[in-house]
Amino acid sequence: MSMPYYVAPEQAMKDRADFARKGIARGRGLVALRHGGGVVIVAENASQSLRKVSEIYDRIAFAGVGKYNEFDQLRVAGIRQAELTGYQYSRDDVDARTLANDYAQLLGNSFTHGMKPMEVEILVAEVGLSGGGDDQIFHIMYDGTVVDHDDACALGGDADAVTGRLSDGFREGLDLAGAVTLGASALAGDRSLSANELEVATLERGDDRRCFRRLGADEVAALLGS
Amino acid sequence: MALPVFESADDPGTDFSRLLSRAGVTQPAVGGLRPEDIPHATTCVALRFDGGVVMGGDRRATSGHLISHRSMEKVVQADSHSGVAIAGAAGPAVEMIKLFQVQLEYYEKVQGNALSLEGKANQLSSLVRSNLPGAMQGLGVVPIFAGFDTRRETGRLWDYDVLGGRYEERDHVATGSGSLHAGTVMKMGYRSRLDRDAAVALVCRSLWEAAEADSATGGPDMVRGIYPIVAVIDRDGWDRVGDAELEAVFTGIVSSARESSS
Repeated sequence: MSMPYYVAPEQAMKDRADFARKGIARGRGLVALRHGGGVVIVAENASQSLRKVSEIYDRIAFAGVGKYNEFDQLRVAGIRQAELTGYQYSRDDVDARTLANDYAQLLGNSFTHGMKPMEVEILVAEVGLSGGGDDQIFHIMYDGTVVDHDDACALGGDADAVTGRLSDGFREGLDLAGAVTLGASALAGDRSLSANELEVATLERGDDRRCFRRLGADEVAALLGS
Repeated sequence: MALPVFESADDPGTDFSRLLSRAGVTQPAVGGLRPEDIPHATTCVALRFDGGVVMGGDRRATSGHLISHRSMEKVVQADSHSGVAIAGAAGPAVEMIKLFQVQLEYYEKVQGNALSLEGKANQLSSLVRSNLPGAMQGLGVVPIFAGFDTRRETGRLWDYDVLGGRYEERDHVATGSGSLHAGTVMKMGYRSRLDRDAAVALVCRSLWEAAEADSATGGPDMVRGIYPIVAVIDRDGWDRVGDAELEAVFTGIVSSARESSS
């Protein structure tokens, strides 16, 4: 009879974390940052049809890095959760914090109990009503850890370096063009990224119910050039 | 609440009604109700014009001979370029509109692109059909769906029967208890290539005549400042006509009626 190998829990967790991190580091990153008019998400993405950033609900956006099919599954689950809550209660009862917690539960479970951990990191952002510090940016890691960011955050490969560049350049009251330019340069480092290699979407504080808006390549190019 | 994640075999896809039943949110079946106990909504119309469509509906809901609401909104925006108007049992109708709005947006977000206008009309058809048990008891819902087809660059409109039958109309359509009168007024006043203002005026006129002849249809309530809901849907999307403009249109109708009877 063969005996199963004993693996220390620390080792098992470390192996899983290394596995997930490797998968995430292979992909290209994204950043989210607050600006005067809301929250903007800038992702490095050469594809015009496979999206990393998308709309979840009226004031909530989602972004993911890592394995596409895995974060897309999470995106759809988030839309479902939000729509079900809004349908059964009220649209006002849907918020990013609850959604971030639900994502954390799912990712945490898959990390400890699943066949393999999900190779994704996701971002849930919500634009507040007043803009007086009520915007929210949640970063949820492959193991279910949730980090709440005040101003800006970076996800994906080389996140530490990107975060460094991002926080160096960040200042209060950036306009949209400034925020997109900072996001793009933080992602690029010593490379340079053109508008076609970027996917940009914003959550705009305003009178419209649906705050999410995608920016086309032309608009991004204009913002980067200004 | 755990996130709704499904195996690919039983994934509800882009159908929000299926998601609701998979999530255990079901609607109770109704039974033993008399139609006169339930608020009913009445006259709604839609009209095609040069740049799109105009929709309109009165504000009255009745339970038998009682006026149960004076400011009901029967014409509502479905999404950026379409609207839906309802006649029939108010409760199921309001619920149907809510489900329809959620369904359109849900599809758009999950799928990444919006349904075509015809797809939306078809979707509403299945919602009307799902109310068949209610319809058998006299609690039917008969909507109108209209919008601007951004692919064909034209306004389009559909009406339905209680069984979910879907009929695309060319120029104008009316539903509800006052539909005979409203429909006749639109038929008489319709010309091809109406402009926006003329279309709004004709819609108002048709609702006025319906309210004159049908007790379940409310006219403009000048005392309380409650006017029918009129909305224009064109290339730029849904735009509800303001009360000030409607007041002017109805004041014109009143004075012409006064002249002809003096």
